[in-house]
Amino acid sequence: MTTKKFMFVNRKAPYGTIYALESLEVVLIGAAFEQDVSMAFIDDGVYQLKKGHQTKGIEMKAFEKTYGALEDYDVTKLYVDEESLKVRGLTADDLCVPVETMSRAAIGKLMAEQDVLLSF
Amino acid sequence: MGTIDINGKSVETDEEGYLVNLNDWDEAIGGELAKSENVAMTDQHWEVVNFLREYYNEFQIAPAVRVLTKAIGKKLGPEKGNSQYLYELFPYGPAKQACKIAGLPKPTGCI
Amino acid sequence: MLNIVNKSPLDRTALQACIDAATGGAILLIEDGVYAATRGNSFEAKLKAAQGTFKLFALGPDIEARGFGDRVMDGVTVVDYAGFVDLVAEHKNCQSWL
Repeated sequence: MTTKKFMFVNRKAPYGTIYALESLEVVLIGAAFEQDVSMAFIDDGVYQLKKGHQTKGIEMKAFEKTYGALEDYDVTKLYVDEESLKVRGLTADDLCVPVETMSRAAIGKLMAEQDVLLSF
Repeated sequence: MGTIDINGKSVETDEEGYLVNLNDWDEAIGGELAKSENVAMTDQHWEVVNFLREYYNEFQIAPAVRVLTKAIGKKLGPEKGNSQYLYELFPYGPAKQACKIAGLPKPTGCI
Repeated sequence: MLNIVNKSPLDRTALQACIDAATGGAILLIEDGVYAATRGNSFEAKLKAAQGTFKLFALGPDIEARGFGDRVMDGVTVVDYAGFVDLVAEHKNCQSWL
């Protein structure tokens, strides 16, 4: 099987809609087939990685923990738009996993290199 | 949909025999789930099942088989972290069968 | 009037539209709407400015779920589900800014 470069582009906050969880599940499935997978977090997508989700009150699964398993799936390329963090009062220290922060333009360049882009 | 009845407890399973509610699980239920899979449980089987439960607890997912193999190798040693060992214990797929016995949902990436 | 907003102010214009159009009463932020009430976000100043016109509330379980339990801006009252029901009961009418 040829390996393709897949990038998952996440621009939605978690819990309010199903996009974030669906993206994560597809990432894990894609990674199980040993593709070259990366994830980009832009706009409200950066909220997905905010540390300390306590979801008992809304009776949903706190899938924040699952981002920690990405490393086991060899998904280590997590790109976060630094401007999106900034306008939300966040820094990389507020996130639940180690990421690479970069400018929007730098993320755009990485997007151009992909074979497949999946938007959530 | 079905149920497992044991020790006066009745728990729900889905159409494929997976537990509907993760918190219903205990060892007795695990034993019944193993019987439904025709797996005779040994300490080695329980070791994998317990590993899966811990993994789920930490990451909220049942790992795909490749990930399970690697993670078990890391924790329990290379003689156990290989697919031959795991398939001997769970011939119809370690992720699928062991997850079911562990009371977890079907692994992500197992389609 | 109780205005209920469930969209992030940095993704949708629902909260802005509510602030611009509604004549007063209360705003209750729920679901992704609660991000408006988190300290340091770029909509914070606009929400602060709206405090003169509206009483501000945010739903606690939704804030906790998103990991912002310790970062709610001043001037926003955090309520639980029972408080949500009380707010609905206290107001003559209710508008959901979907």
